[in-house]
Amino acid sequence: MKKNRFPRIYLMVVLAVMYLPILLVVLYSFNESKITSIWGGFSLTWYETLFRDKAIFEALRNSLVLAGLTCLASAVIGTLGAVGMQRLQSRTKGPLEYISTLPIMIPEIILGIGFMVFFSLLGLPFGMTTLVIGHTAFCIPYVFMQVKARLVGMDKSLAEAARDLGAGEARVFFDITLPLIFPAILSGMLLSFAMSMDDVIISMFVTGVDVNTLPIKIYSQIKFGVTPEINALCTLMLLATILIVVLSDLAGRPRRRRASKNISQETMELQKEELR
Amino acid sequence: MSRRSAAARRKNGVSWLMVAPLYLFTLLFVLGPMVYMLVLSFLQRAEVWGVTNQFTLANYQNILTPIYLQTFVESFKLAFTSTALIALIGYPFGYFMARLPGKWKRFAMLGLMIPFWTSSLIRLYGWIIILRSNGVLDKVLMGLGLTDSPLKLLYTYPAVLTGMVYALLPFMILSVYSSAEKMDWSLVEAARDLGASAPKAFFTVTFKLTLPGLLSGVILTFIPSMGLFFIADILGGNKVVLVGSLIQDQLNRAHNWPFAAALSVVLMILTSLMIRLYRRITHVKDLEGVL
Repeated sequence: MKKNRFPRIYLMVVLAVMYLPILLVVLYSFNESKITSIWGGFSLTWYETLFRDKAIFEALRNSLVLAGLTCLASAVIGTLGAVGMQRLQSRTKGPLEYISTLPIMIPEIILGIGFMVFFSLLGLPFGMTTLVIGHTAFCIPYVFMQVKARLVGMDKSLAEAARDLGAGEARVFFDITLPLIFPAILSGMLLSFAMSMDDVIISMFVTGVDVNTLPIKIYSQIKFGVTPEINALCTLMLLATILIVVLSDLAGRPRRRRASKNISQETMELQKEELR
Repeated sequence: MSRRSAAARRKNGVSWLMVAPLYLFTLLFVLGPMVYMLVLSFLQRAEVWGVTNQFTLANYQNILTPIYLQTFVESFKLAFTSTALIALIGYPFGYFMARLPGKWKRFAMLGLMIPFWTSSLIRLYGWIIILRSNGVLDKVLMGLGLTDSPLKLLYTYPAVLTGMVYALLPFMILSVYSSAEKMDWSLVEAARDLGASAPKAFFTVTFKLTLPGLLSGVILTFIPSMGLFFIADILGGNKVVLVGSLIQDQLNRAHNWPFAAALSVVLMILTSLMIRLYRRITHVKDLEGVL
């Protein structure tokens, strides 16, 4: 058979374009010059400036707390919801499932505005609380759909067997169901964490004046006069991202494969949802 | 009999308890804001601050003025163009990736995952470095002697388009990949054996079977591209105004909440119509029957 080189060249070219902007950010973080378009020689000045910047670390801390709380809350609500929905006999299921997945079906900005006007109607003080509520709302569907997809593929006879052997509902859940859906919960949580860490739009609408998240901070720095410090910050964040991606890849191929399969299952699920 | 129904009731009781947090959260924090926004869109704006409880259709009439209508048209055009470009670039990528041998597939996936998980702001910032006046692209082009003055590419429509395509491409690739990955390739071979040419086999078999992935990719890219105002903001300056930017402006600068709400409601209706349209056109349910 004739070997066609075109596919591989195509993949490499597209990937190269994808990496080009990222690599430039890294390169310029070591630039001595304050003006980004001029290369002034290698230097670590911007890293020094960065580490002295208290506001950035404050924002980083806020983002980590926010992403942590969001991913826990959406994991609990989403998992219990998906498992409960499967067992529940009620006509409310369909409509509610539709509404709960709305946050990932509609443009983020609409959700952000909805939250902003609604929270001020309720008189909630804007800050960490409103951020967590907003982020949890758009992260629940990720956990919910992954767990749901997993439950559909699960062997129901296992739970039945446990019940026949006398296990109570709680026991069945913790000994059978939970271990089986755990990979789905985990990948849903990972996705939620990343989504929350990266979110700009919703955060902009629901945060208070005194709470900055990292993306908001970066956004305002990029928009109003860039300091090369941002390059250094971005490089460090990139390093953390690469570390996490590569580690989860090395942590064992079976798990990695399952995780990536879950992502594809999730998109499939979303699309089936759309087409119903 | 009655004992069994009691057990069933208890099971349902436990289930209700499990779904309770999801129900409460969804009704209060997803449905609540949406309903309130709908109500707000029919209220009148107060003289100085806030709203009055007076019913009006003025906010919707306001949208029909040419300047705002124009914004909607421009937004849809940009969303269409970027989705089309994303499909054009992303479909072959996802398809080729699914056909790679095991080890290479793993590398490609890893290569894709790093940009995918990288903060979108970092990736957009990289484009500023490339596109800005006297930036990397200008330097390269002038160095090659292709142009002799900076192109001033940043803060233009193409810059925004580039940013959109770049930011949303991974979603399309992953969708197409996942449906090409689970496709039964022996069907293509069968078509070839029965005398179909390679293009014919592709369009009658492969394309149809990967259509669900392409479709979900289209949905996953079209909808966000309507609202990603920060891309238009960072790469387009104030030159490209999207519905998203308009809404944000009305809310934060003009403090006209009812009008912002009306714009959001219209945008929401338009996007859900789009989804319905895709469903109607492609009949993916039938295709799944083929699978």
